[in-house]
Amino acid sequence: MADGKAKSGLLLDIRNLRIEATVYPPGEAPKTITLVHDVSLTLEKGKVLGLIGESGAGKSTIGLSSMGYGRGGVRITGGEVILNGRDILKGGKEGFRKLRGREVCYVAQSAAAAFNPAHRLMDQVVEASLLHGTATRAEAEKRAVALFKKLSLPNPEIIGERFPHQVSGGQLQRVMTAMALCSEPDLIVFDEPTTALDVTTQIDVLAAIKDAIRDTHVAALYITHDLAVVAQVSDEIMVLRHGRLVEWGGTRQIIKEPRQEYTNALVSVHEIEHREQQPGTTPMLSVKNVTAAYGGGHVKVLKNVSVDIFPGQTLAVVGESGSGKSTLARAITGLLPPEQGSVVFDGRTLGNKLSDRPKEDLRQLQMIYQMADVAMNPRQTVGTIIGRPLEFYFGMKGRERDKRVNELLDEIEMGKGFIDRYPAELSGGQKQRVCIARSLAAKPKLIICDEVTSALDPLVANGILKLLLNLQQVEKVAYLFITHDLATVKSIADSIAVMYRGEVVRYGSKSKVLTPPFDAYTDLLLSSVPEMEIGWLEKAIAGRRMESAGN
Amino acid sequence: MSSPIVKLVAQRIALGILLLLAVSVLIFAGTQILPGDVAQAILGQSATPESLANLREQLGLNQPAYIRYFHWLGGVLTGDLGTAMSSGQDIATSIKERLWNTLFLAFWAAIVAIPLAITLGLIAVRYRNGWVDKLISGVALASTSFPEFFIGYLLVFYFAVENQWFPAISTVYEGMPLGERLQAIALPAAALTLVVLAHMMRMTRAAILNVMQSAYVETAELKGLSAFAVIRKHAFPNAIAPIINVVMLNLAYLVVGVVVVEVIFVYPGMGQYLVDHVTKRDVPVVQAVGLIFAAVYISLNIIADIAAIVANPRLRHPK
Repeated sequence: MADGKAKSGLLLDIRNLRIEATVYPPGEAPKTITLVHDVSLTLEKGKVLGLIGESGAGKSTIGLSSMGYGRGGVRITGGEVILNGRDILKGGKEGFRKLRGREVCYVAQSAAAAFNPAHRLMDQVVEASLLHGTATRAEAEKRAVALFKKLSLPNPEIIGERFPHQVSGGQLQRVMTAMALCSEPDLIVFDEPTTALDVTTQIDVLAAIKDAIRDTHVAALYITHDLAVVAQVSDEIMVLRHGRLVEWGGTRQIIKEPRQEYTNALVSVHEIEHREQQPGTTPMLSVKNVTAAYGGGHVKVLKNVSVDIFPGQTLAVVGESGSGKSTLARAITGLLPPEQGSVVFDGRTLGNKLSDRPKEDLRQLQMIYQMADVAMNPRQTVGTIIGRPLEFYFGMKGRERDKRVNELLDEIEMGKGFIDRYPAELSGGQKQRVCIARSLAAKPKLIICDEVTSALDPLVANGILKLLLNLQQVEKVAYLFITHDLATVKSIADSIAVMYRGEVVRYGSKSKVLTPPFDAYTDLLLSSVPEMEIGWLEKAIAGRRMESAGN
Repeated sequence: MSSPIVKLVAQRIALGILLLLAVSVLIFAGTQILPGDVAQAILGQSATPESLANLREQLGLNQPAYIRYFHWLGGVLTGDLGTAMSSGQDIATSIKERLWNTLFLAFWAAIVAIPLAITLGLIAVRYRNGWVDKLISGVALASTSFPEFFIGYLLVFYFAVENQWFPAISTVYEGMPLGERLQAIALPAAALTLVVLAHMMRMTRAAILNVMQSAYVETAELKGLSAFAVIRKHAFPNAIAPIINVVMLNLAYLVVGVVVVEVIFVYPGMGQYLVDHVTKRDVPVVQAVGLIFAAVYISLNIIADIAAIVANPRLRHPK
């Protein structure tokens, strides 16, 4: 044990890790599936290893195995996890409890959910240190305040007195990092720590995490599906797929000279060719000076918004969470009647309320949602789901309907075998395709896509975007594309509206909107999108400091 | 204390008072619908129309119903519950001691039942789906499924007849020493505990299990806390609102629903008093007891609501 430590600066040595889980498919006997197939990795003290891959790649499962933890019914069934020179898998439950929160700490994806709403932040931050007896309460609190300062949290002396709901998401994520650092562990597992944040917030949190890692010399496993993010903080990157190792190398090598085809696909994921179409003369749908509010006019979420959508073109609406993007969609579809202003479609003003609109108007505007699995009835087959608008709008029945459903399935590049399947049997990307087919079935002129790729892995999302562009060519349908992801916007938009706090701050054709000079907010938004380039983070932060100094 | 809490609590209390007033109207109206009145009941067989009219005049019964209602309500608010017809005694005086007896019994049953139920609930969550969990759930459910008179007689049989550890009849009197008093109520308190235990235990278990899925429970586990510490420190505080609700419902049951148990053990409490006077058709007593039961029920539920509001950190500490 001692010589394992002495030999090198090796902190974590995972050898031939095999992780299994038992699944209970409906109507079948329970079976054991292997989530991680004999993966090995090593991590030296003070180094950062990025684990990257799509969902189901086993990255979180591997990360948590360094704490001997398995979510749900997940079991470590083979291999060794050697931490600080000993195999922790042999330590049993007591052994795991002693190392969790002391040698290894964890930073979760959503700090908002990972903090206990019933306790003050400080009590939660120092809890692990007190539990393991590494510090007295006074010492631990002093250390916590110092960490709050280092992570540039506002009011570091008193922020610990607050409850989780009193602090913003980005700040909570930093408090969670402080919580992990507070017990001075040897290793921190960061599990998608910035994925749930807006881009403009992500960059600050990312910079704070990076500085904290550098100054405390803690080692880290950084888990994410965003290669551009991991390139900013990692020394090495490991690419995983379906629980197997694809490629493992230095950060520069992985993003500049990927050796595996899959890695290459991840690196070049956002490159979609799309030629911008010029706006026509008459818009198909015009949103005119729309103001909308929730809570009986108390909370104004849209302020005097005007945009146009031209036939067969794509208008992308971008902005942070809370900027009013989805509310705009609700106002257009009549789900939230606007207080002022109107929506003009094909030259006539649409009814404000949903109940005021004839069936024909409803047919022309269709929606696709972010969460495909909750947007479908789990007890209906794909055939019923896609067939429903055919019956409802066109009165199709029986064989005629099935024929059309099959045509639509062909259009979304899913074979005929899917017509009798249930949503639960489909992958995330396939579910979203079914939702697309359902909206196309109504033969609409406009489809509103609300964050349709946000819940998907990059490669799958890419496939969906390509499909949407192809369908636009074939069906001449227009899209209102709501997203917070600027890379998506660049790939598919013809015109762009940038929203901020309920107002459109920049609007025009894609080339115009993305060409300087920018207004302050668009500049912030654009400069916050991580780029696949080593040193981008420092440059972006430096650029921001200069600007605020100049102001 | 901050303003949203004060406002919410004030709303709950105002609502409770309003509800109690509505209940008093219902109780009063209900007894008016019954055939006959107090004058008839007092004079009985010997009533002549003249003496009836005289007595009605004397008692104010010939006034319209709403005036009599306010008269009755005014009396209740000043502590005058009227006179029992059967005995001619002042109701307030005879209720006072009995109410105290009932509360005494309910208090000790609650002192045993609530911590026991919550602890059993916590243990059931700790060993969820294992044999400990199943044993606790099974025994608790079985004890609730038996009617309380059955449990009562079972307890009497084993602990009073076979073993003679406790008296079979819970006689208490004024000036009785506390120790003797506690021994006297041991069996009825045990019967009540067994009746309310399962409901509170299972609700505690369900409420905590619901919270155990949360990300913050995982965070606590990954800090190295023991399984029981995770449940106690991190899951329980977030499950408190539904637990308080079910606890208060059961407390209300302990006060209001003890009728059968009091009768079995011949315990001089409110339930026994109510049953006695229902059989005698003594309307003023039934009204008074009904109103007191309603008041207890409503106040306990208000306390549950207020406790749930205060337990919510979002309301206690607004942004």
